[in-house]
Amino acid sequence: MLRFNMILLMIVVVCALGVVTSQHRARKLFQALETEQERARQLDVEYGQLQLEMSTWANHPRIEKIARERLHMVTPDSTVRAAQPAAIQKGAH
Amino acid sequence: MVVRRRPQRGHRFTESPVLQLALQGWRSRMVGLLLMAAFLALVARGFYLQVINNDFLQQKGDSRYLRDIEISASRGKIVDRNGDMLAVSTPMKTIWAIPTDARTMTAEQKRQLSGMLDMSVRELDGKIASEKTFTFVKRQVSPETAERIAAVKFPGIHQENEYRRFYPTGDMTAHMVGFTGVDDKGLEGVELAFQNSLFGHPGSRTVIRDRRGNIVEDVGATKPPQDGKDVRLALDSKIQYLAFSQLKAAVETYNAKAGGAIVIDARTGEILALANWPTYNPNNREHLSGAQLRNRAITDTFEPGSVMKPFTVALALEKGKVRFDTIINCAPGRMTIGSATISDAHPHGALTVAQVIQKSSNVGTTKIALGFAPKEMWEMFDSVGFGQAPNLGFPGEVNGRLRPWKNWKPIEQATMSYGHGIAVSLVQLARAYTVFAHDGELMPLSLTKIDDVPPHGVRVFSPQTVKEMRAMLEMAVQPEGTAPKARVAGYRVGGKTGTAYKIEGGVYAHKYVASFVGIAPIGEPRLIVAVMIDEPSNGAHFGGDVAGPAFSQIAGGALRTLGVPPDSSVQVAEVPVGKGSI
Repeated sequence: MLRFNMILLMIVVVCALGVVTSQHRARKLFQALETEQERARQLDVEYGQLQLEMSTWANHPRIEKIARERLHMVTPDSTVRAAQPAAIQKGAH
Repeated sequence: MVVRRRPQRGHRFTESPVLQLALQGWRSRMVGLLLMAAFLALVARGFYLQVINNDFLQQKGDSRYLRDIEISASRGKIVDRNGDMLAVSTPMKTIWAIPTDARTMTAEQKRQLSGMLDMSVRELDGKIASEKTFTFVKRQVSPETAERIAAVKFPGIHQENEYRRFYPTGDMTAHMVGFTGVDDKGLEGVELAFQNSLFGHPGSRTVIRDRRGNIVEDVGATKPPQDGKDVRLALDSKIQYLAFSQLKAAVETYNAKAGGAIVIDARTGEILALANWPTYNPNNREHLSGAQLRNRAITDTFEPGSVMKPFTVALALEKGKVRFDTIINCAPGRMTIGSATISDAHPHGALTVAQVIQKSSNVGTTKIALGFAPKEMWEMFDSVGFGQAPNLGFPGEVNGRLRPWKNWKPIEQATMSYGHGIAVSLVQLARAYTVFAHDGELMPLSLTKIDDVPPHGVRVFSPQTVKEMRAMLEMAVQPEGTAPKARVAGYRVGGKTGTAYKIEGGVYAHKYVASFVGIAPIGEPRLIVAVMIDEPSNGAHFGGDVAGPAFSQIAGGALRTLGVPPDSSVQVAEVPVGKGSI
């Protein structure tokens, strides 16, 4: 009788310890998940900021300014199409 | 178990009557009762805590470790048809304080904090002098600054996440995109028109936190946040930039008060560009004036002038009253109706109907218009969308003014035929021209990109009428027409000028609205470009001189951007091999 009770008690204690460990593990994993989710959010935010930065660098007035002032580009006269002689000859045949 | 009884053998020692305790019975009962009472008290207390007061205590317990966390949702982006950003939200921090705690800061800390927040110590003192339990110190602080503040751990100073809206394209698209207030609510433009789909609904979750503030466990149901949906406009940011910069150049060249430009895709009715001048920077909205905020192209009406003539003439062609080459006598350039006189800017002799459009003769148009019943003309104006809002879903759209035909006088009918006595917005005007660009059908306009089949228009004129009208519009940009400066190199285009007097205090003043509405290329229409310049000065005021060149630049650039092949004669220049990079 006593021995049977002792065995039951042992099982209960072992189960209780098991619950404690698994709870602890679950919380550890949950925290890891939280950290990763936070990181995902952070990266998302950073992506948005980079997109914003990209569109600021790529805005049209800036592109036009660089094209005109630094690279000395001009809008071609659209009634004139430049072509290499080879291309013209090729087109003629 | 087995109990072995001893055989009874006289008195046992403890049963001696002498040693018998003479306890009174009530004492033991008393003790029993007291114990019982104590137990009852415990049970009652337990009942009180567990049943009667349970909710309150549960709540107290929860508040020790349960936390409701709001999960913020971001507002949808606004992008152009190619996916370029026009408006985007990015997280910022709000710095707030519990004033009673914050007042314990040392002078040194206050100086440090105010320095970080870019405000004076006095200003900071003013904020934390408040008697409230909560006060904003500064909103929309950059995440980097907020991190540095968090690192110092000022007493009573806390932070909160929030979003700030950025507009990378700035003043160029300000009127189209609009802006939001601090609480993410659209106040103008597309931000207001699409508020419902752009708005993000924040979610929430209930969690258990440990002593160090780490989240330990999710409890109960989580409400996921719903991010706002992105809105893809029909706008093409390259064409928008062209329209904006050319409009700005035209307004500055002619020292005008204001201006507007619209580019519409003739096939689908999508608005590819909509620019206004003056404008503002939506990222920095201090010192804004009403004039800057006005989206003139949509909310302001003006008497359009001669750009209305093609509608009158098209109606005459449609009804068979005139043909392309019917001769109309416009001499001597004046005409009297009742007590009023109508005159041409330059007197003409006999003109064909086509030349009436080409040279923009008021007298010629009037003679054509007086052949109609007022109702016929009203119905035509109504069917091309004048006098009714264009239904874009844009805030502040106007109907314009088209008076009911029943009380039109002949002089009014005459002036209306060339665009006076009727008021329209630039967007209405541009939309009406879809009739000529889309084989006689009036197209509904769209702010957003149309991915599938474009909607059907409503037929107003027959394709034959429209074909003839396009030939007339092309004549108007020839050297003999009113707008040779509107020609586009490499493409055949057509359009109509407008130079209208402005009404000030009920009378026509010597101030003008110069406009040009054109179709490009005229053979196979792709674009409708409408340009309006308000009060040009500097020696020019005719639509062909003021708005024509802007049209030419915008249409030419837009056609090249869209990759429309040139349909006008192109010369080929020979370039030496090797250097011929274009």
